[in-house]
Amino acid sequence: MNFKRLVILLTLGWLGLFVLLPHLLVVLTSLLTADTSHLAVYPFTLESYRRLWAPIYAGVFWHSLWLSGVTTLICLLLGYPFAYLVARMTPGWRNFMLFMMVVPFWTNSLIRTYAIKLILGNKGLVNSLLLATGLVERPVQLLYTEFAVIFGLVYILLPFLVLPLIASFDKLDRNLLEAAHDLGANRWQRFVHVVLPLTMPGVVAGCLIVFLPAMGMFYVSDLLGGAKNLLIGNVIKNQFLLTRDWPFGSAISVGLILIMALLLYLYYLANRRIQRKGGLHDEAL
Amino acid sequence: MTGSTILELSGISKRFDTQEILTDFNLSVGDGEFFTLLGPSGCGKTTLLRLIAGFDRPDAGQVLLNGVDITALPAERRPVNTVFQSYALFPHMTVYENVSFGLRMAGMDRAEIRERVGEALEIVRLGDLSARRPHQLSGGQKQRVAIARAVVNRPKLLLLDESLSALDLKLRQQMRIELKQLQRRLGITFIYVTHDQEEALSLSDRLLVLNNGNPQQIGTPREVYESPRNLFVARFIGEINVLDARIDEDLGDLNYRAAIQGVSKQIHADVRFEVGDRVHVLLRPEDLRIEYIEDAPSDRNGFIGRVLERNYTGQTLDSLIALDNGLQLTAHEYFNEDDPDFDYTIGQRVWVDWVPGWEHVIPAET
Repeated sequence: MNFKRLVILLTLGWLGLFVLLPHLLVVLTSLLTADTSHLAVYPFTLESYRRLWAPIYAGVFWHSLWLSGVTTLICLLLGYPFAYLVARMTPGWRNFMLFMMVVPFWTNSLIRTYAIKLILGNKGLVNSLLLATGLVERPVQLLYTEFAVIFGLVYILLPFLVLPLIASFDKLDRNLLEAAHDLGANRWQRFVHVVLPLTMPGVVAGCLIVFLPAMGMFYVSDLLGGAKNLLIGNVIKNQFLLTRDWPFGSAISVGLILIMALLLYLYYLANRRIQRKGGLHDEAL
Repeated sequence: MTGSTILELSGISKRFDTQEILTDFNLSVGDGEFFTLLGPSGCGKTTLLRLIAGFDRPDAGQVLLNGVDITALPAERRPVNTVFQSYALFPHMTVYENVSFGLRMAGMDRAEIRERVGEALEIVRLGDLSARRPHQLSGGQKQRVAIARAVVNRPKLLLLDESLSALDLKLRQQMRIELKQLQRRLGITFIYVTHDQEEALSLSDRLLVLNNGNPQQIGTPREVYESPRNLFVARFIGEINVLDARIDEDLGDLNYRAAIQGVSKQIHADVRFEVGDRVHVLLRPEDLRIEYIEDAPSDRNGFIGRVLERNYTGQTLDSLIALDNGLQLTAHEYFNEDDPDFDYTIGQRVWVDWVPGWEHVIPAET
């Protein structure tokens, strides 16, 4: 057996054992009946999926979706112009900026979330500053609010959106902008008709990488959000660790996976629209 | 130049960083002309095109279109369109969307856009491909879409930046003919940039030869090919043999007796020279005649050389001849139907001569 085959088999085996099998187990569990002492028992039932539509969980779901959505939107509004600027910098500056974006990853995100807690707390950095300058008389409640959760999520996830966007801007052929210019498109028209559609794959990819983890980052809402700002991740975690309702936790997980699949399909569509197989540069020829 | 001037560049200077590309550059292009900017890469021809298109601004000087100063006008507001070297078709749009882009940006109504785009696609014979995307097109088709996308806006000037260079030889020759026909039909002034002298000669009404940002010669293809003004032009446009000579005697009517490589011959010039002037006698390879020594009259006064190389090309027999003083000459001869055996052997000694009056004489350059 040659080396190539060995590597492929090894990879397939690994994926099968640690990715495919656990997912199948999750799907299986989601179809079982909940039982507090035995976690999950027969018979098969769709009860867990039915409970997904219960008002209380639907409420948490929508709220979580909303928190992730706002996080993604803010990341996009901050990240898109930033990626555009970085992509146009000289190589030296550009490497510096990329380096600065990677630096935070050297610290575990859990620890960084604790740091945010210190900054946003009633006796934290922000409130101390506000009190010292006399802008407020009493500490402003920042921690344990929706704002804190979104702030934490944006802080942790922004680099994940910027990186694919920079790649997208890199692939943008400058000739196309000049062509649009030449054909009478003003700055705004060039953006809407050329820049935006051609960087759309980067936008969608970036949004996916932000939106999906945002729904699952339970420790961010645990530390910053208090009891009211639950993410789907918190609900799943609670089902497994507190309520011990494994089938329901699994059903929520399956729901999350389906949302992810839908978003990946959208990404595929966006890519197909501009037919990016070998990159835009190949097509320009 | 035919008729009125459409484009005038006056006193244009442009530098990038510390490099001076153009200095006090002047040019006028006539309405309806097929005008070519020809030169080696880095000669400033692309810079000129970008200044005319409005992608770059000159550091000094004016760009006048129909007598109106457009120097400060951005590219999107100039009635000038460009066919890019890489075509620069929008990959996320269909052929129809690409071609209609300019009209849509101008806010034209849909019915009129449909009509104009249909017309433009018809002109480039792509009417049935309007729903395709650029990646589904061949190189020649992309080229045509790029042309349609530009001409649909009915520009006063169409700029073409090395537009045929990405195509293979056969397609390039075909597109050359199409381009020329298109220009005649549309009556739009074309400014074509290329480094390919053959392309420049076959397409242009007039052409400008550029070197290092300096105009070398402007004229019809025939003027530039047959009467190059200097050695650069002579060598850049086609192959040429350069023989150093000295004017010995003024025979009147611009005829002179000159010592060419030690051989005394009568030559004809287009301009006046004084006795003692050093000159270059220029001869195109197809102007040279080679004769077997034994066929020539024995009292003949001419050049004798040795055949170094003979090359059969189908149409012509190309020979490289080394004169006895070491100078090498290239000759292209068409086959003589009456003489099927006509050929040379390598090393054979031959006479080299030309039809009197076919030489072109320029002042010697040091």
